Amino acid sequence: MEPFKKIKSIVTPLDKVNVDTDQIVPKQFLKLIQRTGFGQYLFYDWRYEQGGIPKTDFILNDPEYKNSKILLARDNFGCGSSREHAVWALDDFGFKAIISTSFADIFYNNCFKNGILPIRVSDEILQKLFSTKSEIEVDLEDQTIMVNNTPVSFDIEPHWKKILLEGLDDIAMTLQHASQITKYERSHKI
Amino acid sequence: MSKTLFEKIWDSHIVVNEDGRSLLYVDRHLIHEVTSPQAFEGLRLNARKVRRPDLTFATMDHNVPTSDRTLPILDQTSSVQIKALERNCKEFGITLFDIHSPNQGIVHVIGPELGITLPGTTIVCGDSHTSTHGAFGSLAFGIGTSDVEHVLATQCIMMEKPKTFEIKIQGKRKNPHAVTAKDIILSIIRKIGTAGGTGTVIEYRGDTISELTMEQRMTICNMSIEAGARAGLIAPDEKTYQYLKGRKYTPNNYDELVNDWRDNLKTDSGAKFDKSFTLSAENIAPQVSWGTNPAMTDDVTGSVPFPDEYGKGNPEEVKGATKALQYMDLKPGTPIIDIVIDRVFIGSCTNARLEDLIEASKVVKGKKVASKVRAMVVPGSQLVKKNAEEMGLDKIFKDAGFEWRESGCSMCLGMNPDILAAGERCASTSNRNFEGRQGSGGRTHLVSPVMAAAAAINGHFVDVRELDLN
Repeated sequence: MEPFKKIKSIVTPLDKVNVDTDQIVPKQFLKLIQRTGFGQYLFYDWRYEQGGIPKTDFILNDPEYKNSKILLARDNFGCGSSREHAVWALDDFGFKAIISTSFADIFYNNCFKNGILPIRVSDEILQKLFSTKSEIEVDLEDQTIMVNNTPVSFDIEPHWKKILLEGLDDIAMTLQHASQITKYERSHKI
Repeated sequence: MSKTLFEKIWDSHIVVNEDGRSLLYVDRHLIHEVTSPQAFEGLRLNARKVRRPDLTFATMDHNVPTSDRTLPILDQTSSVQIKALERNCKEFGITLFDIHSPNQGIVHVIGPELGITLPGTTIVCGDSHTSTHGAFGSLAFGIGTSDVEHVLATQCIMMEKPKTFEIKIQGKRKNPHAVTAKDIILSIIRKIGTAGGTGTVIEYRGDTISELTMEQRMTICNMSIEAGARAGLIAPDEKTYQYLKGRKYTPNNYDELVNDWRDNLKTDSGAKFDKSFTLSAENIAPQVSWGTNPAMTDDVTGSVPFPDEYGKGNPEEVKGATKALQYMDLKPGTPIIDIVIDRVFIGSCTNARLEDLIEASKVVKGKKVASKVRAMVVPGSQLVKKNAEEMGLDKIFKDAGFEWRESGCSMCLGMNPDILAAGERCASTSNRNFEGRQGSGGRTHLVSPVMAAAAAINGHFVDVRELDLN
């Protein structure tokens, strides 16, 4: 996994609460057996008319946000289905960080597993970010978001910070405990 | 020290604690065709093996056709995914209940019916409705594909300990055939919201829960994820032990295990929960969702709300409700019973077990599906289907004009050919009314099996408390 350090970009404001993973990537695109190539299906039903014509009023179709790497979302983002395809689609489309007031648990976890940084901020900060047009900078090491030259700090679980900063393989990390796993298996009844 | 049931199961599965997280041992890993191919590919790329193929069970449920299984699968991409699961299970030595197996079915229906699900164990599956297994006092988490790969390789999952959430449901339902487990869980979600359980494991408690059958308890735990929870739990009791006795994979030393579970698998008196919520079951009415998330639900006697009234001053919620009504093509103030439907789906891991079909059949017996409605029953598993057919339920449904299908997830998520056309409105016993969930542009109303059956006969929603269901 690519290590995550800093990113600087304008933010794409997706102004909707309770965005579920069925919206992020609809089910007809879950049949692929690889992890790549899901970006084209991101928010498919919101992004395209029947027949594949882009909807001009959807934010991801606005050329202004073409190179944005940061998605701004609202409460309970990523709720519903556990499909990791949702994170693969966001990643493949180019988003490397998502900022919201809250995330659904499985989605939050899936982000880190793919090197994407989900950041939880207060309502007040989120409102401020929704009203900014300029670039912001996210610095994971310092746990800050720089908005109009003002730093805003954010919390992150220390283990996720370490995994993202170093781009670690969590399976390899767990396999270092192989002897403890074997020991547990020997003493465990079921 | 007094502990909750969750804490007891959690603590007994810790392999090692590290950096504020715990490496938990996974007792049973369930696999299906949609969220596993990339995990197996990851294993191959890193030359890793499946650590415990003997604790891993697979089936194909999400995209399998529910029509004649002797015919080839027409959808090539579905076929590729199904073949990939067959190949992966063969290569890694995993037990697979394939499309022709008498044990095939929705993964959360077959786990309990085969005795794979056991009290006090940890279960994971790459599917959010894994919470269903919590009905047996099993700590069961839905996980993403990267975690599926992690569990395949290590038989463990690394997790931060969730908080505990007690939901107490008390009192007698006035008409338990009309006010079902589905109505209880929809009432809860309606009150605590779709993020009300985020970061927690819910334990459902109280006399109402004790009275429920195992299948009804599964309906409750199944929708824990719709309240945002990591898992839902119900302490096992004699009903639980009876249900699992003598099933295909129930362990040989079952009686010994039950003795141990009787002593240990309950929340100690004096144990503290991080959060608590109480609901009285006495006045719950049959529920019907009107919007695009499961909290957007009302009593069958109610009306489609005005967004301002629903949002209670929260501008984001008001906006959400406005968009939901637009999508659902509903006008505020419309009585729920005036909503006319085009389709009925009785199925899914929430409501496609034998009892669900028995209850729905009582409404349908001797009647006909309304002329403009297309209705289908998709049993949760081949075993449910077989048992239902032995009771003659298939005949009751078919005589009334329902389609009687093969088992699978079907129109709950529409990955197979069972989908709504744009604009079609469906009374569905499934768990999610998200935009496009049952088909792009389709409109879903979540209801119980008896409510869905009554809607099929009448062509619109009706209050099933007015019917004789005994």
